[in-house]
Amino acid sequence: MKIVVCVKQVAVLGDEVEFTDDERDVDSDFLDFALNEWDSFATEEALQIRERHGEGEVVVVSVGDEDSEDAIRRCLAMGADRAVRIEGEGVSRDPISLARALAPVVRREEPDLVFCGVQSSDAVQAATGVALAELLGLPRVAVVTKLDWDAGAKTARVDRELEGGLVDLVEVDIPAVLTIQTGINEPRYATLRAIKQAEQQEVAVVEPEDVGEPGYAVRRMFVPPKGEGAEMLDGSPEAIAQRIKELVEERMA
Amino acid sequence: MAGTLVVAEHLRGELRPVTFELVTAARDLEGPLTVLVAGANAAALAEQANVEGVDEILTCAAGPEEFENDAAQAVLEAAIEEVEPEVALLGFTINSMGFAPAVAVKLGAGFASDVFAVSRDGGSVVAQRSFYGAKVNAEVEFPGAERVVLLLRPTSWPPAEGAGSAQTRDLAAPFVDSRARHNDYQEVAAGDVDITTADFLLSIGRGIGEKDAIPQFEELAEKMGATLSVSRPIVDAGWMANARQVGQSGKTVKPKVYLALGISGAVQHLAGMKTASTIIAVNTDPEAAIFNVAHYGAVADLFEVADELEKLF
Repeated sequence: MKIVVCVKQVAVLGDEVEFTDDERDVDSDFLDFALNEWDSFATEEALQIRERHGEGEVVVVSVGDEDSEDAIRRCLAMGADRAVRIEGEGVSRDPISLARALAPVVRREEPDLVFCGVQSSDAVQAATGVALAELLGLPRVAVVTKLDWDAGAKTARVDRELEGGLVDLVEVDIPAVLTIQTGINEPRYATLRAIKQAEQQEVAVVEPEDVGEPGYAVRRMFVPPKGEGAEMLDGSPEAIAQRIKELVEERMA
Repeated sequence: MAGTLVVAEHLRGELRPVTFELVTAARDLEGPLTVLVAGANAAALAEQANVEGVDEILTCAAGPEEFENDAAQAVLEAAIEEVEPEVALLGFTINSMGFAPAVAVKLGAGFASDVFAVSRDGGSVVAQRSFYGAKVNAEVEFPGAERVVLLLRPTSWPPAEGAGSAQTRDLAAPFVDSRARHNDYQEVAAGDVDITTADFLLSIGRGIGEKDAIPQFEELAEKMGATLSVSRPIVDAGWMANARQVGQSGKTVKPKVYLALGISGAVQHLAGMKTASTIIAVNTDPEAAIFNVAHYGAVADLFEVADELEKLF
């Protein structure tokens, strides 16, 4: 039993922003980095299946530069068995390119299941997993909120979360690629000891194959025009609360 | 290679609103506008899709009645081969996420999702989308792509209206065995509250930090005469029931007043509340996306403001 989990280190933008000279991205000095939230749920789901089954392997695969290994090691600290980093230098961050970079590595692993997060918090593309499934020739289900699979079984039952609180109950052939939604489980915290141990673990590094033309290229990034924007309420918490009270009473009248 | 193909989305026999928004977006692009309606009930749905601006409707009755991603992919590929559009437009919806990226990678098409503006520069299509928690926007282009598949953010365009005069014709599509099969639908338990009918919602998000804070806001909501609603992370953590969730995967609400405490404003959340009459947001992050849709905002600690509200009501 083997599950590959594709994860991404995401960038988090703080209060201030400056762009690179070509204006095609944010200057990385203004970014913090973390494991994508969706991917921690995907990793947890894989670990739970391995634990229920009593044996098997959870392999983490990611496209990124050396610094992105922090995210990979977070998954190792949670309990993943092994990790592969695909060198991300020169690979565009659009989902088509990422899927093409992931595909040969995932294929070589011959997994029973491939998990990706539904989307990454810094790009919200919700596409890499399904593009990857196509390249692998595998069935896929996007936005999975529940998974019922006995290791070795030829099909799995999954819940697919639709808009507006409706759930689609789906049966999918295995092997398959599933994109995992937040809330499907409760991701475990890695202990400090496990985090320390994960720092020592080897992460295999492979060069990407030619990923061809990107799905898109960023032409220009910019701070969104504020529009009319919000009228800001200033002052002490007391003053803000007073103003909110007035607004509520006025608007509810 | 010309024109635009709009992929109609439907659920349980009704076209979904995003379909008409896609038509509006497509009308701004050049060339003929074709709408693809696929599914066993395609003929009936085609009539609903015949709105102003649509030149042709392609129906394809092959495949299952309800959405299955293999069938959806096969039909879209057949339609693209038939129409040869320059641009294919789909909603950025759960269903589209299940097959549109597969079509794009298979055909070597340009691809972008969560797109909220589309224009042309010279002959080329340029799309806009956000990055980094919607704090930054970007124009993206599609170098070398003959064709572009775009997933458009729902509620970003007004819906197309008015009777159309489109011709309808059938599209033959290959039959495929679905590898992921629809069995049934299930409604999330309604719970004891209907947030969609509330006039005043006090809505809390990740900013409240921990489960133990929930009772404080339940009390505050009661004092203020508000109904308590939440953003997704609160439901994911299991702190509140699904029925109280505002957003794309939860409920769409339109109260007179929406008071958001500690909600940063993920796109999927904004989709569920941005048409509220008055939106008041309190957040510690001055760049939080919720301030882009709020009418009134305060950069402040939500607990400090909540404590003061507690005294006032």
